[in-house]
Amino acid sequence: MITFDRVTVRYTEDGPPPLRDVTLTVEEGELCLVAGRTGAGKSTLLRAINGLVPHFTGGTLHGSVTVDGRDTRRHPPRDLADVVGVVGQDPLSGFVTDTVEEELAYGMEQLSLPPAVMRKRVEETLDLLGIAELRDRPLRTLSGGQQQRVAIGAVLTSHPRVLVLDEPTSALDPTAAEDVLAAVTRLVHDLGVTVVLAEHRLERVMQYADRLLYLPGDGRVVDGPPAAVLAGVELAPPLVELGRLAGWDPLPLSVRDARRRAAELRGRLGEGAPPAPAPAPDPTTALSARKIVVRYPGTVAVAGVDLDLQVGQVVALMGRNGSGKSSLLWAVQGSGPRQGGAVTVTGAAGAVDPKSLPAHQARRQVGLVPQTPGDLLYLETVDGECRQADQETEAAAGTCRALLDQLTPGLPGDRHPRDLSEGQRLALALAVQLTAAPPVVLLDEPTRGLDYLAKRQFVALVRGLAAAGRAVVVATHDVELVAALADRVIVMADGEIVADGSTAEVMLASPAFAPQVAKVLAPAPWLTVDQVATALVAEREPA
Amino acid sequence: MTDTAVDRPATADPRMTDAAVDRSTTAGRWSARWSAWRLPRGLHPGAWWLWALGLATAASHTTNPLGLTLLVAVAALVVVRRRGHAPWALAFRMYVWLGVVIVAMRVVFRIVFGGGQGEHVLVRLPEIPLPEWAAGIRLLGPVAAEQVLGGFYDGLRLATMLICLGAANALANPKRLLKAVPGALYAVGTAVVVALSVAPQLVESVLRVRRARRLRGASGRGTRAFRGVALPVLADALDRSLALAAAMDSRGYGRTAAVPAGQRAVTGTLVLGGLLGVCAGTYGLLDTAGPGYLGLPLLLAGLAAAVGGMLLAGRRVRRSRYRPDRWRLAELLVAGCGIAAAGLTMLAGTVDPELLYPPVSPLTWPELTPLLLLAVAVAAVPAWLAPPPTPVPRDRT
Repeated sequence: MITFDRVTVRYTEDGPPPLRDVTLTVEEGELCLVAGRTGAGKSTLLRAINGLVPHFTGGTLHGSVTVDGRDTRRHPPRDLADVVGVVGQDPLSGFVTDTVEEELAYGMEQLSLPPAVMRKRVEETLDLLGIAELRDRPLRTLSGGQQQRVAIGAVLTSHPRVLVLDEPTSALDPTAAEDVLAAVTRLVHDLGVTVVLAEHRLERVMQYADRLLYLPGDGRVVDGPPAAVLAGVELAPPLVELGRLAGWDPLPLSVRDARRRAAELRGRLGEGAPPAPAPAPDPTTALSARKIVVRYPGTVAVAGVDLDLQVGQVVALMGRNGSGKSSLLWAVQGSGPRQGGAVTVTGAAGAVDPKSLPAHQARRQVGLVPQTPGDLLYLETVDGECRQADQETEAAAGTCRALLDQLTPGLPGDRHPRDLSEGQRLALALAVQLTAAPPVVLLDEPTRGLDYLAKRQFVALVRGLAAAGRAVVVATHDVELVAALADRVIVMADGEIVADGSTAEVMLASPAFAPQVAKVLAPAPWLTVDQVATALVAEREPA
Repeated sequence: MTDTAVDRPATADPRMTDAAVDRSTTAGRWSARWSAWRLPRGLHPGAWWLWALGLATAASHTTNPLGLTLLVAVAALVVVRRRGHAPWALAFRMYVWLGVVIVAMRVVFRIVFGGGQGEHVLVRLPEIPLPEWAAGIRLLGPVAAEQVLGGFYDGLRLATMLICLGAANALANPKRLLKAVPGALYAVGTAVVVALSVAPQLVESVLRVRRARRLRGASGRGTRAFRGVALPVLADALDRSLALAAAMDSRGYGRTAAVPAGQRAVTGTLVLGGLLGVCAGTYGLLDTAGPGYLGLPLLLAGLAAAVGGMLLAGRRVRRSRYRPDRWRLAELLVAGCGIAAAGLTMLAGTVDPELLYPPVSPLTWPELTPLLLLAVAVAAVPAWLAPPPTPVPRDRT
């Protein structure tokens, strides 16, 4: 179906090529997963399939890419529209019309299909993806998962034989991601569509994949069955790491696989349990919020929430999209709307409410890194941003740069912030906010678009902040991250707190929030691979 | 239309006379037709625009406050009964407020700048003396009822015309109107649609970045603050438009039918030559000194050439339309109502002009003429005649 024949892509003459001498074939009806670190060339590979590379992006492509017998050299993307459907990372920015039904018809209008055919296909697609009740809705009012399904539907109506999806679930909460993935697997199994899908969170999709294309970052593509390829990959999802630890072969790809083999491992671990986290020596309250209310026209985002943050504690704030996590963070920081309640931050300056302070003093009490960290940055170079941060907080020159070097050593100072990787940009934004030395740090969805290595660094970084005596809150959907990072988990729904307790308590109580390791080793209370590894080493040593 | 040749239904009651059967089945057909007519659907936007332009034309031909108020009431009635649930449908209120502001401004201007004198002085404001070179302009001074009333009539006429256009905006989806453009202008239509959807996104990202800037302690004033907001917003907009362009390209936007080079040249020549002809023709028409053939004939010839070229160019755009708005009887009637209202008002103007332009001095109570009333009644008919809008979609699930 898709053939890459000795493909090399270069965007600049002297830089390293994102793809070097790649030869591969994707058969019809396969679900093919593309994985690799940020910037390893996943998007380049995906965009080469329908000719966006190089027709749209520029650069040069040597070799040939053939889709369904059509060479992308002679067929620009628009002439491949009836064969390849592409859905980008942010579905909203790819929408051309303004209602669901018109968006579904747009591609067919371009192919000049007869009206009767269009009418029929729109109805079929609405049913296929379970979005029939959304047909008249404006696209902007849909939730993230609905938008993603509409975007998939909008390319499906042209009946493409190949579907290319670039991180379709990266911005979604676990349930919405399940909906989208269920729709995708249905397409593969029922319609025989060939799907090529890039994803950072392999734990979500690897069980559905027929094969894996792994990009190590040097221009090569490692191609093979998922279990075989993952065996040679340095950082992998928790399930695979657990399989390696236990010496399972082939590696498990789904919780079911792992659970069926885990009886022996469960026996080895026996009645043991991970050591309870040492209670903080003196639990001092860094921030206490009472009866926080945030209202938007027509909705109550936060309905009278109480929140206490302890010094040296990392709190994970979870809940589906729209449950009020961001609103709560912004209200606590004082920059967002807050219709009721009180916040007290106990810092060096005594007890104050950040809302009552001007913005430049509020950030000394509570530092917040928003969902898109790039919004905080506006200068041309990393050094420029650091200098500006020192100036605006009246800190000693070099404070911000020193913080940045602690977070990610060796970031070139003349680099433009927009050219940094997601993880580096997050670190820079965090360093800028930490320059004001706030005792409380809030992070809103920081791990979007981070790969496993970057997430591991992020965990170390946040633990470091907590160890230095800060109270940290991380709002996130990523259960695996929470299992590795947090001391305490708060779950929100409809603007209220529905669960609040230690990480083990909350995560083991419900299957929706349980990390993969917990699902495999239940009922024993293990959360992460690291815990299991430590326990296994300890078991071996005394013997 | 009465249908006499009706097949007798098999189940007809044998006691019924033929005439009764005919009547009942005819009634049945009519009720079936009526219920099909009443099916909720969106009317062709062109019909609403023609109706609204008719109303606006009617308003421009009178300063009678009673007639104008009735026209505003009619526009409001039709909007309330036939608007959809879309965001633009709520814009009507804004137009009404704008109308109120216009009327108030006109009256205030008349009071401040004096202008017309009248006998019935309401209040004497102190006149502000102006230097000699500003002679002829009076600031404040005595305020006469005639002068205020004149301003009110003028403002009301302008406000009514604006509110009529606002009604069209609330009733018709502006984007659907763009969909009805001919093939040759398709690319222009798409550009406008995209631009319309970019505006709210831009506002959103300005708000988001401004919020983020506050997190860094920015005060939100001065050139540095402007730069801090403008740069991320621009970068964001650029990223988004690139993503949109890539999405449109990969979904087949811009696929063209193969056209021989010769035909392309002919199309280009026709359009360009035609437009030049239109320019020259207009000039000739306005310039009385020029020879006659440079006027109307050249204008018409240029127009014909340009239209022909566009039709040819439209053939090159190969695309179909999903559920196009069709021009049916209801559209014809709605547009007809608007045009009839305009025609009736003009007729009323020729029959008794002084009633349509009631004099402010001497002060007289405005009166309505039967023709003007008829025009208003005809304009209101679409409130019942037009099919109802599609029901509100279910809320967020």
